[in-house]
Amino acid sequence: MWVVLVCYAEPIVMVLKPQEPSVIYGNVTKKVARKITRSHIMQDTPLPDYALGSWGGEIEGIIPLFEQKSMKMQERRLRNCGFIDPTNIGHYLAQGGYSGFMRALKMESSEIIEEIKKSGLRGRGGAGFPTWMKWQFCLDSGKKTNYLVCNADEGEPGAIVNRSLLESDPHSVLEGILIAAKTIRAKKAYLYCRAEYPLALERLKTAIKEMKERGFLGKNIMGSGFNLEILIKEGAGAFVCGEETALLASIEGERGTPRTRPPFPTTEGLFGKPTVINNVETMASVTQVMQQGAEKYSQMGTKESKGTKTFSLVGQVKKTGLIEVPLGTTLREVIFDIGGGILDEGEFKSVQIGGPSGGCVPVQLLDTPIDYSSLLEVGAMMGSGGLVVMDHSTCMVEVARYFLEFIQKESCGKCVPCRLGTKQMLDILTVITVDKGKKKDLDVLPELAEAVKLGSLCGLGQSAPNPILTTMRFFMEEYQSHIEDGICPARDCKEFITYTIDSETCDGCMGCIKSCPVGAISGKKDKVHIIDTLKCVKCGTCLDLCKKKKNAVILANNC
Amino acid sequence: MQVLNKILSRYAGEKSDLVPLLQEIQSEYGYLSEELMKEVSHFTNAPESEIYGVATFYTQFRFTPKGKKHISVCTGTACHVTGAQQIIEDMERHLNIKEGETTPDEEYSLESVGCLGCCALAPAAMVNDEIKSKLSLRNIKKLFKGYKPPESSK
Repeated sequence: MWVVLVCYAEPIVMVLKPQEPSVIYGNVTKKVARKITRSHIMQDTPLPDYALGSWGGEIEGIIPLFEQKSMKMQERRLRNCGFIDPTNIGHYLAQGGYSGFMRALKMESSEIIEEIKKSGLRGRGGAGFPTWMKWQFCLDSGKKTNYLVCNADEGEPGAIVNRSLLESDPHSVLEGILIAAKTIRAKKAYLYCRAEYPLALERLKTAIKEMKERGFLGKNIMGSGFNLEILIKEGAGAFVCGEETALLASIEGERGTPRTRPPFPTTEGLFGKPTVINNVETMASVTQVMQQGAEKYSQMGTKESKGTKTFSLVGQVKKTGLIEVPLGTTLREVIFDIGGGILDEGEFKSVQIGGPSGGCVPVQLLDTPIDYSSLLEVGAMMGSGGLVVMDHSTCMVEVARYFLEFIQKESCGKCVPCRLGTKQMLDILTVITVDKGKKKDLDVLPELAEAVKLGSLCGLGQSAPNPILTTMRFFMEEYQSHIEDGICPARDCKEFITYTIDSETCDGCMGCIKSCPVGAISGKKDKVHIIDTLKCVKCGTCLDLCKKKKNAVILANNC
Repeated sequence: MQVLNKILSRYAGEKSDLVPLLQEIQSEYGYLSEELMKEVSHFTNAPESEIYGVATFYTQFRFTPKGKKHISVCTGTACHVTGAQQIIEDMERHLNIKEGETTPDEEYSLESVGCLGCCALAPAAMVNDEIKSKLSLRNIKKLFKGYKPPESSK
């Protein structure tokens, strides 16, 4: 699997032949695979029609992959992903793997911290806290036992950044853990990974076994006197466990509820000992800094946000998948140049960044550069890297409702404003999406939002109102149409819409009748079909089907 | 209980083992029954209420048996905007159960889950351990081909 932005064309096949440029084929089916085998593999005739690009040279009719516009803009921390066998440590070593750690072994903790500081690396978990500072705080606590925790509890819906790193290049994360643990003098490191990522867990276990065999883990690593044990903890499905104090509670075998800070985990963390908690991508970035040197790393990105960031670009965009760009790249470049624009030639409406804690950025702010401060200015946040693109058919009130539903389910219940406030906000949003909203709802929502923000202990509650606040800020007219005019402008909320068949264009092909899951459409062959609106569940199957044929199904607001 | 004892013998009974212990028990038995949780309470020397409290906090743990085919429909953002809710509703119609339930003949169980991490292939679902991608109301029919749910869901 090749993970850098050809994910949209999976399954991928790459043909490598000696002395020849390689060719990457996309959307490979059994039939195409047979053709590739017969023509390219057996007879040396590549097939430009099925190729996405070439690699390591040009072949007639095939443009080299990295010459293409969408690829040129990307940087690659995921550089090993798809090129090396993640279950073979030899591949990683051959790519210069563990050279960053070997360098760190010869350095004092203060020197490593200085190097990370120089690189300008900020935590990739979302909040963007400078990585070196966390490490320094932990060392400053002066205690004997320190712990390192790598947070791989990537629960943010729409983000798959950690997953790909752990599955395709686990050693780059583990090397970062070694470096961090060596710096803060930890003897035990925990890697907290979601149980929903079975392949990632399997790869990690294999990688750790290989590290032990090669002497990169255990007692007296590489003869340096440094000891480390890495333990894998499987998360059990609680979004709030991405919050650091909740994550620690979960490792200790408790309910994953956050606690008041200070004391911060760097002074009093796991089992009461100083603990550094770093995200998966941060660990892989540490590896990169130590391998390349801080100077080279800090050349990428903007003044305040150094380096690159991986995003998962998904939703209504042509080329979905993982991308990696220098910080400071604009949203427009990401969505239109790299992502190829909106699916089915639709109209761009909004891009959701940072998951449930983030916000929705509208079309007029598409030129916002992706860096920590610019995103905060527009009410969103970096989060762990989900970019969900929405087109004109997505209702923004419904999007806000969806995120609130998620947050409300995942609220641990400890802080009253979060537990009750999110429920109240969800109820109001639900009422608006079923055509029962009142004008005063629009005054109550921001008030509640403020209360939840101020009255919650952890990041989940403090940022819970973000989806509401950003959608109200940029898409107020949609809220108003729902409440005042009884119209869902996106024709998305079911209570507002009806499906009918246009009697003049319907040719009676029976297609929709066969496809309707509830048998709501009736009619005879070559006669106009009719939708029983009482039976209709408004699933849209007939619309999708007919769009390509006669386009006779009409979707309209009730009034 | 022999299976349970075998699992317990691998743990020291410390509090921090609780989540992995429950995970292992669930993967063996399919769900956490009252009896099993009582045993865990004895083993870890923690009150039953605490074990239950921890277990109910995490969405991974279930307290009713799974069907032979367990379907987890992803409701992450990308799947949501590409129609996950409709997929769930249609599966409910096919199986004549609600989300979170198991068919009376224990053939199928259906639940919605947080992001499965296959956002580029949305909408997605997992049938036992296998990912089904780019679902539509048309192609999910194949999943239930030839299956007739028993009359009532209770």
